[in-house]
Amino acid sequence: MERLVDIAQSSFLPLIEATIQFTLPLSIISFIFGLVLAILTALARISTVKIFQIIARVYVSIIRGTPLLVQLFILFYGLPTLGITIDPFPAAVIGFSLNVGAYASEVIRAAILSIPKGQWEAADTIGMSYTQSLRRVILPQASRVSLPPLSNTFISLIKDTSLASLILVTEMFRVAQQIAATNYEFLLLYGQAALLYWVICFALSLVQGRLENRFDRYVSR
Amino acid sequence: MISIKNLHKKFGDLEVLKGIDADVQKGQAIVVIGPSGSGKTTFLRCLNTLETPTSGSVTIDEQTVDFSKSLSKKQIMAFRKQSAMVFQHYNLFPHMTALENVMEGPITVQKQDKKLARKKAEQLLTKVGLGEKINEYPFQLSGGQQQRVGIARALALEPKVMLFDEPTSALDPELVGEVLQVMKDLAAEGMTMVVVTHEMRFAKGVADEVLFMDEGRIIERGKPEDIFNHPKEERTQRFLNLIQKTDII
Repeated sequence: MERLVDIAQSSFLPLIEATIQFTLPLSIISFIFGLVLAILTALARISTVKIFQIIARVYVSIIRGTPLLVQLFILFYGLPTLGITIDPFPAAVIGFSLNVGAYASEVIRAAILSIPKGQWEAADTIGMSYTQSLRRVILPQASRVSLPPLSNTFISLIKDTSLASLILVTEMFRVAQQIAATNYEFLLLYGQAALLYWVICFALSLVQGRLENRFDRYVSR
Repeated sequence: MISIKNLHKKFGDLEVLKGIDADVQKGQAIVVIGPSGSGKTTFLRCLNTLETPTSGSVTIDEQTVDFSKSLSKKQIMAFRKQSAMVFQHYNLFPHMTALENVMEGPITVQKQDKKLARKKAEQLLTKVGLGEKINEYPFQLSGGQQQRVGIARALALEPKVMLFDEPTSALDPELVGEVLQVMKDLAAEGMTMVVVTHEMRFAKGVADEVLFMDEGRIIERGKPEDIFNHPKEERTQRFLNLIQKTDII
């Protein structure tokens, strides 16, 4: 029993380190890139320009129709065949960003379409350009609508970063695997990893609640 | 001030406006009446290019746009700046306070100084009787108050022409008066206005001229007392009879 406590204590620090060094940055950077990509994709989908629509559709279809792990393997193990070699961390960022971009684009598209047409018209009549309408009128309202589903996407992403261990990113789960391989305490180490993921996701759901309250100040309840 | 020549609008095969010709003098309040589906709202929306007319031309304050030609975005934006629209369903920005709604156009579009825009917005809201409500969000206001914010938002753009699209149709009956009063004051100040409405009392009391539209055409036009007391056209008579009947009920 004492041995287990010792192991748990000594592995705690490396796990936290890996979380701070890799898991969180990987999640946050990928989510930000993914969101930008998602907004562009959503706008392409609702634009009247046919070619934009087609590009967006094909992109979303490819990403949603193939497993994330396969996408990561193609980026990291497959592309070197074509002479394109990407380091583990950037490869993971690219993979996760593309993934978030596709899934979140559908959320954002739905949110934009949920804003009444009268809002676009009101923005038009006060003389706003397309970008001004989006920035000042449509996206602020759409972000309220899309906050709960986007939080889902972010929480999924944090857990999905464990897949990056398979393309050699030493994120938290990979560190857990490495430690477990030396002392064979698989249940303990993977349990610790699970607990850490849960703590991060729980903290995030608290942030989500706060943001929702902030957004709700302008709607009647 | 406004001159409309042979304005046509088609939605696919459906021709909603079949050649509208009209002139509005500076400072006049024009009221457009007519049965639903007559094209009066489309007509109004064409003046602000919320709908792009299929052909014809509109001149506002010596700036002419010919819709038979293809127009650049810049031309449309410049033309749109001449007028401001008040909507049936207010279309206020729900995530902004009354004050922010009114300031939005001046700040974001016209790039005015924030302090100045704020001061002007406060004055406008006071003018429409909402000086106490400037920091409320739209959901905290009654329909009549929201519509008055809508009018203030339009006025903040300092348009040459104010367009009203059935501004009281979505309101509870007891709130109609406060909105009409604001409009009446505007007309008295000499604002050029085109108003689509079902409020016949407003048309009788405030309009300099009444246009009766049906099936995409202007059927009859004239001073309110002439249109309401001795309409010349049979269709105008029928429409007014129908309205007066429902008034009795």
